[in-house]
Amino acid sequence: MAPALEPKIRTFELNVYYGYKHALQDVTVDIYANRVTAFIGPSGCGKSTFLRALNRMNDLIPSARTTGRVEIDGINIYDPSVDVVEVRRRVGMVFQQSVVFPKSIYENVAFGLRLNGRIPKAELDELVEYSLRRAALWEEVKDRLHHSALELSGGQQQRLCIARAIAVNPEILLMDEPCSALDPISTAKIEELIDELKSQYTIVIVTHNMQQAARVSDYTGFFYLGRLIEYNRTRELFTNPQRKETEDYITGRFG
Amino acid sequence: MQRYRRYGEMLIETAIRAVAFLSITVIALIFLFIGREALGVFSAAESSIHAESSDIAAEVYNPEESSESTPAPTAAEQTPQETAPSSLWANLLGSTWQPVSRQPKYGILPLVVGTLKIALIAVALAAPLAILAALYTAFFAPKWMQELIKPVVELLAGFPSVVIGFFCLMVVASAVQEALGTTYRLNALVGGIGVAIAILPVIFTISEDTFAALPRRLWEAGLALGARPWEVAFRIMLPAAIPGVFAAVLLGLGRAVGETMIVLMASGNAPLLSWSVLAPARTLSATIGAEMGEVVWGSLHYHVLFLLGFLLFVATLTLNAAAELWVRRRLLQRFRGMSS
Repeated sequence: MAPALEPKIRTFELNVYYGYKHALQDVTVDIYANRVTAFIGPSGCGKSTFLRALNRMNDLIPSARTTGRVEIDGINIYDPSVDVVEVRRRVGMVFQQSVVFPKSIYENVAFGLRLNGRIPKAELDELVEYSLRRAALWEEVKDRLHHSALELSGGQQQRLCIARAIAVNPEILLMDEPCSALDPISTAKIEELIDELKSQYTIVIVTHNMQQAARVSDYTGFFYLGRLIEYNRTRELFTNPQRKETEDYITGRFG
Repeated sequence: MQRYRRYGEMLIETAIRAVAFLSITVIALIFLFIGREALGVFSAAESSIHAESSDIAAEVYNPEESSESTPAPTAAEQTPQETAPSSLWANLLGSTWQPVSRQPKYGILPLVVGTLKIALIAVALAAPLAILAALYTAFFAPKWMQELIKPVVELLAGFPSVVIGFFCLMVVASAVQEALGTTYRLNALVGGIGVAIAILPVIFTISEDTFAALPRRLWEAGLALGARPWEVAFRIMLPAAIPGVFAAVLLGLGRAVGETMIVLMASGNAPLLSWSVLAPARTLSATIGAEMGEVVWGSLHYHVLFLLGFLLFVATLTLNAAAELWVRRRLLQRFRGMSS
């Protein structure tokens, strides 16, 4: 791995509360540009909360409260002067369950592009094709771009969501258990895709599947009970864990 | 003991079933009754033509009115067949509604036009307001406000229409006249505003239900792409809910077509064949409401009023059925591919 690693995202003392529940405790971590960083841990450990803190999706939960800082390129996204919509344009997100809009395949991808005002049809066509190609979906859908996106299979829908997210050209791509609802073949396709996309984006993936984290990521963090227990290069973390909890989890003593 | 209870249960079940069937039967019987009375138009028409030709002179009970309705009374008296519509169909499809006169004219066209005019004005006013209010309530209002708005608007649905009619007659009519300087104080626009108030809760509440039933994940996914909340509301949520919203508008239209009291009080009631928004108008329902009480039982006029009722019945039934089918079919179809 290249020695000069630039942190793309830095969090400092990040805490998230849901009402009285302290869901995320004092997380301080650097996430590097053009790397895949995975966060693993048992259900309810705070890994999804952490991910949703990175594009302020927790704002949508009325009882949620966040303290601490999340810096993207040195700017704290929780600063009152920051426009949350701008943050979300720079930080794309793919959800656990694919959420395609009840529109055509084409319109799904074009949705984010149209938000920036009118784009000439030819340019839009080109960007839609480019995004679908990047998401390895073009060959499968090019003849039915104007069919409903709901006709696609689960794996195709998830790749459509990735195409839709990268169409707006974000710098960071957050993936919240993107394969947990998919079959092994679709999962393999998405993992392949993640590997290809990391040259262009900073990817943060949350997964409960340790093998997946080991396969796709360069860095891995282990969350347990709302704390980031250990964070290291993936190979290090899996072969030589420093903390007892990490070792117990990756060796399958609990989960 | 056990046997007794089983008989009891059977009795209750039978009673419930009987009540259910009874309500359906009552509706069917009403439909049959209205249909039969409406069909009476054809037999009554024949006998009344004979009656008319025999005692034309006796029917002139109000010389003033007859001179108004027929500008040239002498000519009309000499050749009654020329001014009176020659056949029943020509009469019904004529452009004059003048049931009480020497040559009664039962042209339903002005009534149909009046009904459509007022219903369309009402929907054009109520639908945008109701849909925007529903969007606000479903996606933007804080929880406590949501819990306040919905019941309050739904309460409005139970508002007696005579009160809305009175309000339009006294307040809205003056306000409209002042604002637009209309010739007629009571007109289709005033009636349309009144009906809009009446159908607003219907459109609002069904639209809101449709919005609230959309998967919350759609909203999140839209925001995660960097869309502003209003962009998500208008470009994702509203299009996704279009079948339900359309059904809400259809139901509102159905209610508007059948609304009686408000239009009777506020629309001016002149059966003019005019598409002008500011002309007075008479609807099918208001005509029945105003004339049924004084009509001669069994006369052609009586049967024509039932024909109007039949038309109304069919129109609202069609609209409601279309709305129902539209919601069921399209909305389900749209989300079938979407795991929830």
